[in-house]
Amino acid sequence: MTQKSPPKKKNWSWRSQAFRGLIYQIIAIGLVALGAWWLASNTLHNMQVRGIQSGFDFLKGPAGFDIGESLFPFESSQPYWQAFLVGLANTLRVAIIGIILTTILGTLLGIGRFSRNALVRGVCYAYVEFFRNVPVLLQLLMWYLLFTEVLPAAADAWTLGPLFLSKGGLSFPIPIWEAGHLWGVIGLLAGAALAFIYRRWSFKQFEATGKLRSMFWVPLALFVVTGVLGWFAGGGPAQFEFPVKGDFSIEKGGSLTPEFLSVLLGLTVYTAAFVAEVVRAGISSVARGQGEAASALGLNQGQTMQLVMLPQALRVIIPPMTNQFLNLTKNSSLAVAIGYPDVVSIANTALNQTGRAVECIAIVMLVYLTTSLTTSLLMNWYNTRSAIKER
Amino acid sequence: MSAQTFQPIDPRPAPVKTEGIVAWIRINLFGDWITGLMTVVIGAILLATIPQLLSWALFRASWIPDFDACRVEGVGACWGVVAEKYRIILFGRYPFEEQWRPLIATGLMLGLLIASCMRAFWKSWLVILWVAVLAAFFLLMYGNTMGLTKVETDRWGGLPLTILLASLSMVMAFPIAMVVALGRRSTLPAIRTFCTIYVELIRGVPLISVLFMASFMFPLFMPQGFSIDVLIRVLVGITLFAAAYMAEVIRGGLQAIPKGQLEAAATLGLSYWQTQVKIVLPQALAMVVPSIMNNFIGLFKDTSLVTIVSLYELTGALSLALNSDANWRPFKIEGYLFIAMIYFIFCFSMSRYSIWVEKQVNKGKQR
Repeated sequence: MTQKSPPKKKNWSWRSQAFRGLIYQIIAIGLVALGAWWLASNTLHNMQVRGIQSGFDFLKGPAGFDIGESLFPFESSQPYWQAFLVGLANTLRVAIIGIILTTILGTLLGIGRFSRNALVRGVCYAYVEFFRNVPVLLQLLMWYLLFTEVLPAAADAWTLGPLFLSKGGLSFPIPIWEAGHLWGVIGLLAGAALAFIYRRWSFKQFEATGKLRSMFWVPLALFVVTGVLGWFAGGGPAQFEFPVKGDFSIEKGGSLTPEFLSVLLGLTVYTAAFVAEVVRAGISSVARGQGEAASALGLNQGQTMQLVMLPQALRVIIPPMTNQFLNLTKNSSLAVAIGYPDVVSIANTALNQTGRAVECIAIVMLVYLTTSLTTSLLMNWYNTRSAIKER
Repeated sequence: MSAQTFQPIDPRPAPVKTEGIVAWIRINLFGDWITGLMTVVIGAILLATIPQLLSWALFRASWIPDFDACRVEGVGACWGVVAEKYRIILFGRYPFEEQWRPLIATGLMLGLLIASCMRAFWKSWLVILWVAVLAAFFLLMYGNTMGLTKVETDRWGGLPLTILLASLSMVMAFPIAMVVALGRRSTLPAIRTFCTIYVELIRGVPLISVLFMASFMFPLFMPQGFSIDVLIRVLVGITLFAAAYMAEVIRGGLQAIPKGQLEAAATLGLSYWQTQVKIVLPQALAMVVPSIMNNFIGLFKDTSLVTIVSLYELTGALSLALNSDANWRPFKIEGYLFIAMIYFIFCFSMSRYSIWVEKQVNKGKQR
């Protein structure tokens, strides 16, 4: 016998919860709309009175300012939108490198809290407590001061092999691009494809026969060997451009500015303290019995870590880790305080030159919202992959 | 048959000691050869650096406010910069003769914060105490009554400003956060959407863009001829920012309440607001107190950003004190270390306190 749902009654009385809900929502929408209209009309009126122009057409005009460092050449005669692109590239560069370094350093520090060695535990604890409790802006300013005041001038830079460290930043040799390198890149790509295919094959073999094949070292070897083979096929070019000590600055070679270095170091060192805590919490959330059960089954230490402990710890670690990555990206906006030309700093200059506050701040917010949302989506995808598979 | 006499065998050796200093060192520093190696390497690094640091920071340091003494070869840290400039660092551009006022105001606020952390004060009259102390704070700082000269808010600075920004915006953010958190779990789609958009929008952008908005765009938002003090604008910005983060924390607490509690409340015939106020919020808030403390620590550190929109709180006041003085500017690093220490003391003690609260909250669960 099928159950009939009770007939739906439209009840237009204050006693009906649905009706009250509807009224509340209408009131809320009305209030928000009213507030938005009020702010917008005020803004428009104020702009008219003060003679502020609005609109995004200024993006096509020449920027009129130089940018200290950029990934691609930029001159002051180029338009504003290209200046914003330079800023965006700088933000992403510092954020991506920072996230990678932070993950490594933070994970090491977090694992260090479980070391059998009391000194290692103590050092990790002291690191976390110190760097977590001092504002990141202050740390950035201190790093910048260290780089610009304590380091020697370019003429007597600290030298470590082909590396130079001075007030001008860090200079290092870079390989000169030749056709042969392209072959190396092609080799690496082919190796990556081969490694992927091998892994899938060996996993199928494992599921079919139960025989465990190398899932890490053989694919890695494939990747590296084909890369090297491709490089040799291209003639094995190994020309480097070395930095040279000039009279006033260090010329040639690749270089990282002190601004970039202080932003990168400051953000990495600060966020690593938080990541360490996240990792520590994740590992200590795995029940002790899990590890003991794994060794009872005869898994060795590496297998215990890889097959039992890490998959369970990762579930706890990933969501707060995402937050830390987002924090690092958002904190990179503090670069404006030490003059690293990130997107906020470019927007600030543009704002001062054109007076279009609304547009410039909107661009900044849009940039960060998109990066935040993209990062969240990526990490959520990874999170669902590593979450408990409930059947 | 020869009579066998009883021959005692040698006693077993005593088990290895596992207590006491020597045993602790053996287990924790030289457990196996890897541990031992690490101890030697890290110990060597520490032994090489710490004496140097100590000698720079303490033994060779110059403590007198005289910049010539700091320039002598071989002198370490120059703490004279703090001795000379501490009043500007701590109180910013506040008029020099009137600086007893921010001193008392800061003391009052600190006393209030410490009192709020103690169990004996968790009574309803704590709210009245907060209102009274905040009123006294503004009265003392702003003046213009009772024979106190008027001091505009743009001259406020240093530690009182840091503490004011952090604690006031936290207090104001709390009710907003509670409403938004409830709104995000509401069954009404329009209200849920608004709350979600607000939280995600704010959490997706850096604080500095919110501060820029407060300082550049806020004047445009207001009707003409209606100007708001920059301090208030920044306070509103930080409050809205903090509220979004706190709403997420409170929502976490709300989610942890078992459904049975809500059903039981419905059975008893409680209305929505009765359920929330009497059943859900008390349990949820008790659960999230440690996270709220962590939020507060973050907020306290984040107040350092207002220096970018030219309010001279602790970080800004330091630049103010040293940038214009060529004699002392070379010793800025000591100044930074000084305010880093202030921030550290505040944040570290708050994080210890939050651990203590967590233990208190979880006491019911550990039986």
